[in-house]
Amino acid sequence: MKSTVFTIFKKELKRFFSDKRMAVTTILLPGLMIFVMYNFMGSAISNIANVDENQSVYISAVNIPESMEAVFSQWGIETDIISENDIQTAKDAVSAGGDISALVIFPENFEKSAAEYDVSEGGKAPNIEIYYNSADTASLTVYSMLTEIFDSYESSMANKFDINNSDTDYDLSSDRDITATVFSTLLPLLMLVFLYSGCMAVGIESIAGEKERGTIATLLVTPAKRSHIAVGKIGALAIIALLSGASSAIGTLSSLPKLMAGAAQEISGSFYTASDYILLALVILSTVLVLITIISIVSAFAKTVKEAQSYVLPVMIIVMLAGITGMFGEAKTEIFYYMIPIYNSVQSMVGIFSFNISYAHIAVTVGANIIAAGIGVFILTRLFGSERVMFSK
Amino acid sequence: MGVILRAENLTKTFKLSAKQQKIEKTNVKIRTAVKNLSFSVNEGEIFGLLGPNGAGKTTTLRMLATLIKPDSGDGTVDGASIVREPEKVRSRIGFLTSELKLEDFFTPNYLYDFFSELHGVPADVRNDRKKRLFSTFGIGEFAEVKVGELSTGMKQKASLAIALVHDPSVIIFDEPTNGLDVITAKVVTDFLEELKKEGKTVIVSTHIFSLAEKLCDRVGIIIQGEMAALGTLEQVQGGKSLEDSFFDIYSERMGGSV
Repeated sequence: MKSTVFTIFKKELKRFFSDKRMAVTTILLPGLMIFVMYNFMGSAISNIANVDENQSVYISAVNIPESMEAVFSQWGIETDIISENDIQTAKDAVSAGGDISALVIFPENFEKSAAEYDVSEGGKAPNIEIYYNSADTASLTVYSMLTEIFDSYESSMANKFDINNSDTDYDLSSDRDITATVFSTLLPLLMLVFLYSGCMAVGIESIAGEKERGTIATLLVTPAKRSHIAVGKIGALAIIALLSGASSAIGTLSSLPKLMAGAAQEISGSFYTASDYILLALVILSTVLVLITIISIVSAFAKTVKEAQSYVLPVMIIVMLAGITGMFGEAKTEIFYYMIPIYNSVQSMVGIFSFNISYAHIAVTVGANIIAAGIGVFILTRLFGSERVMFSK
Repeated sequence: MGVILRAENLTKTFKLSAKQQKIEKTNVKIRTAVKNLSFSVNEGEIFGLLGPNGAGKTTTLRMLATLIKPDSGDGTVDGASIVREPEKVRSRIGFLTSELKLEDFFTPNYLYDFFSELHGVPADVRNDRKKRLFSTFGIGEFAEVKVGELSTGMKQKASLAIALVHDPSVIIFDEPTNGLDVITAKVVTDFLEELKKEGKTVIVSTHIFSLAEKLCDRVGIIIQGEMAALGTLEQVQGGKSLEDSFFDIYSERMGGSV
């Protein structure tokens, strides 16, 4: 009667793909939304980080030495020299967030007094005052430019030694290392979130939805074995959830470089070999089986889709917690941790992404997850046979 | 003409939730829906289970269809036990109630094939049978329209056809004409007579006495989960109309006039 499993399996897939709205919202949208969102975030972040160098900024200055004015203009800062009487007007202009981004007040004869100042005498050093407006992005940027200029001006006055003052690349971390760090920190949690939401979308609909609409009873009155119905459904749902998860993962992987555009190194999924990806796929597949059986079981207890949705939320929190553990530290080495479903998936993914692959850990993970899914199918079968669960009013 | 279906001392109780107790203003935690119910149905006849709402008709039929299990007692359908061999029973019956729905997203044609596969009907037999059933019920016109877009009558016709994909020897039908307009109801009753002519055994539950008088060979009257009267239509009628005779039995049971 293996054909019963296949018949149910085919029906579930057809049900899903013939419902265009559901197919689009579960498979196409997640990846697309993540891609658009991350790209938007990425460009927003780099816009804040990079100041447009061609754009001139304006400041007002009092007692500015000529040499300084030259330095400022090199940095694209146009200086408006004002007298001490106009200080209040300039402050008001900066505060209003207008064209004048900052007000710089030098002490009189700044260059001379700075050159003559001796730290060992312990007197008060000449003080430059920079008034700025931290609520205004342009003003804040100018403020940090100015402090940078003055810092380097100060160190050039008493240059005893330099640090890393050449074009050599001193950061010895490779792009591969950065990728390992970024991917192993972010992706296990993200993957779990994607897979869970994929499972949630289809699992609830297929079990609680059929219960709510009374169509599951029609199925239960056929000679099809309850276990065959459970396996057929779980199999089909797992495939749809995988597609949904894959869509989200593709969206993430293709937009991560953009999101991480600020980082000096190139991060890229190309550092992983085909065998890394195969191991990852095995882990993900076994994880989906566990997630979909959990959601199916929870949905079977619910009378309506709405009820099921409220039941799966607490479960989601637990799953997310497991995912968050992956963000800290390296993969666990004790084999015991790889026997705990879901948690083991996170640890295995951390291992794969950080290039610390242990075949034993992955084998235990996949095995434990398949056993857990098997137990889940058994429970679901019992639930399908339970009149109290299936026909409760 | 032998006995094809037998119910022996079927008993079923339900736990009442706290909420249900409140609604019904009772402290009783357990309700007996069906109590020591026994009857048998002969091959080729139409048997009617009659009774008011809540008498236990649906519960009895659900036990016979193996959707729920009796607390005690057993039943056999075509030789298979409803307690021990539920899958065999399910392969021999066609069960129809308004609570069994068809999925909105599929067409009657697809669902027919789907349920045929679940029943293990070979493809050539399936196609011949489908042609015959679809023409009987006039499904051909909407065979490729999704169930969600069909009218109530069309859905009922599709459900009928799909309940019969495996050509069951016993057809169990809970409230066959409930919620149907007169024309669709006529299609259903005509079909039940047709089935009888073909030698099928039919069990229907109903609270519409005229329907029972028109169709049934034998009837059983259930009141509060117990069999109050059982016999051929004539025996139970006792020279009166079925309705009058039912009221007599009812007032006798309940101790007072209706």
